[in-house]
Amino acid sequence: MFIIGELINGMYKKIGLALRQKDKAVIQACALAQVKAGADALDVNCGPGSSDPAADMRWLVEAIQEVTDTALSLDSSKPAVIEAGLSVLKGKAVINSTTADPEKLEALVPLAKKHNAKLIGLTISAKGIPQNKDMRLELAAQIVAACSDMGFPLENLYLDPIVMPVNVAQSQMLDILTAMQEFKIISDPAPKSIVGLSNVSQGTKNRSLINRTFLVMAAACGLDAAILDPLDEQLMAAAITSDLIRNRQIYCDSYLDAYRKK
Amino acid sequence: MPSELAIEKSSGAVLSVTIGQTQAEGGSRSSVIKVGGQSALPFLVREGAVPAKPHISYEIWDIPPQDWPDEVLKPFKDVIGNPLDWAQKCVEAYKAKSLCVRLQGAHPDFGDKGPEEEARFISALLKRVAVPLIIVGSGDDQKDNFIMPACSEAAKGERCLLGSAVQDNYKTLVAAALADGHNIIAESPIDINIAKQLNILISDMGLGIERIVINPTIGALGYGLEYAYSIMERARLAALAGDRMMASPFICFIAQETWRAKEAKASIDEFPSWGGASERGILWEAVTAAALLQAGADILVMRHPTAVKQVESYISALSGR
Repeated sequence: MFIIGELINGMYKKIGLALRQKDKAVIQACALAQVKAGADALDVNCGPGSSDPAADMRWLVEAIQEVTDTALSLDSSKPAVIEAGLSVLKGKAVINSTTADPEKLEALVPLAKKHNAKLIGLTISAKGIPQNKDMRLELAAQIVAACSDMGFPLENLYLDPIVMPVNVAQSQMLDILTAMQEFKIISDPAPKSIVGLSNVSQGTKNRSLINRTFLVMAAACGLDAAILDPLDEQLMAAAITSDLIRNRQIYCDSYLDAYRKK
Repeated sequence: MPSELAIEKSSGAVLSVTIGQTQAEGGSRSSVIKVGGQSALPFLVREGAVPAKPHISYEIWDIPPQDWPDEVLKPFKDVIGNPLDWAQKCVEAYKAKSLCVRLQGAHPDFGDKGPEEEARFISALLKRVAVPLIIVGSGDDQKDNFIMPACSEAAKGERCLLGSAVQDNYKTLVAAALADGHNIIAESPIDINIAKQLNILISDMGLGIERIVINPTIGALGYGLEYAYSIMERARLAALAGDRMMASPFICFIAQETWRAKEAKASIDEFPSWGGASERGILWEAVTAAALLQAGADILVMRHPTAVKQVESYISALSGR
């Protein structure tokens, strides 16, 4: 499973403060801790409080790549902010994210293609968050069609079914999981799937357990990638073990260590 | 419309292992052998980088072998009594680019030679031939733990390939390889899970994963070859998909298995319909080697010069060079 560490986000107090004070050490320590825990990429988000998100994105990318060449997932709803990050990024990029809206797709798909980046496509549009499986699939198909039209390699497309908090949209959980299964039949080669995992447990009391359980159930539905907290050791162990059960890793007694040494 | 060839690209690659150390690097070998490094399945040169061709190493022993069939002894008849002459003949007459020496004479049932004697033999061998060496023990764990550190030290700085580390007995050999700058053979009993585990255990001791060669254990044609084949294929596919702990090159002890097979050594009197024993054994060795090359073998340990020649031409033909 492709793991994107979620912790470099201005929404978090410590990161937000470091961003305002331009304290590189805090950001760099957070980056390295996630890489050590097994993250394949690091999400970079300036948070809602940033007054100049393009400048902040550039600063964050530069600070992080001083200490690691791990792929960075440039996370913003504004294409200009993502472009600012790409302009200074030396390593591999994930663009997080486009929606199914034509103006977003037209801006971000060519950008992802140009930078040979992975692209996250949220099954959401200006009309709002889909309320059932069919709406998710319809939006997914729109994103796939746009990528296909613009010559973007579909194996680099990661579709996100939009995970809702279980205490808000309990009735949608199975829809979300089955939508992910059906993403795979939209095209050949199939697009990949991704979830922003922590959303599922937003506002609940058993966050870690709910995250972990949803992740394993999603893995059974073909999940390819997740944005999550890699410092949650049990969560990472569950992700690695689900790869084992799916025959994506060869078993050995020390398979958890083997994964971390990859 | 002409159909297009489907090209698959891999995200991972086999690790490159270097055997032998030249004078310029502080050793005394005339050349080095590089194996591995490929990012494609065997011979699929269009699908990825294939920097090294599979390598064939001539097997010699430190004592005259007692159980080799006549056919495979024949090319060495004049030198078999003296392992150093035998080594020299492999290099000079048969153009061996490396030698794999088995210290069978250290085995309690085959002479029980001690560490000093074996170390002296390795020193003499290094003086006699300049090609890189693969050194494997007698197969008796306890005894090998006794002799291999001495042989390792005698070959210090020559970057040999030492074998064999197994799951229940790897620490002594790994420590010796670490101390003296050698590579190591990690042997597993046709078991992919143990192969991976052993690579982790060895690298946990501080020996870099790029210094490990996997001996997956093979069977000869007709004796379980397909089990070894499928294990190797699965490991190689995992390596090409990015699993570093499965990304070591493979060494296959071809001759040791083939010349034990009844089909390789039975006389024509026993089985008249099988044809002459002289060609049969050679073919058995060459065919086993060819099959395992397709499974991903990087180093083949072989005995019969004619079989070696046949496999070399097979490799050249498939490599397109």
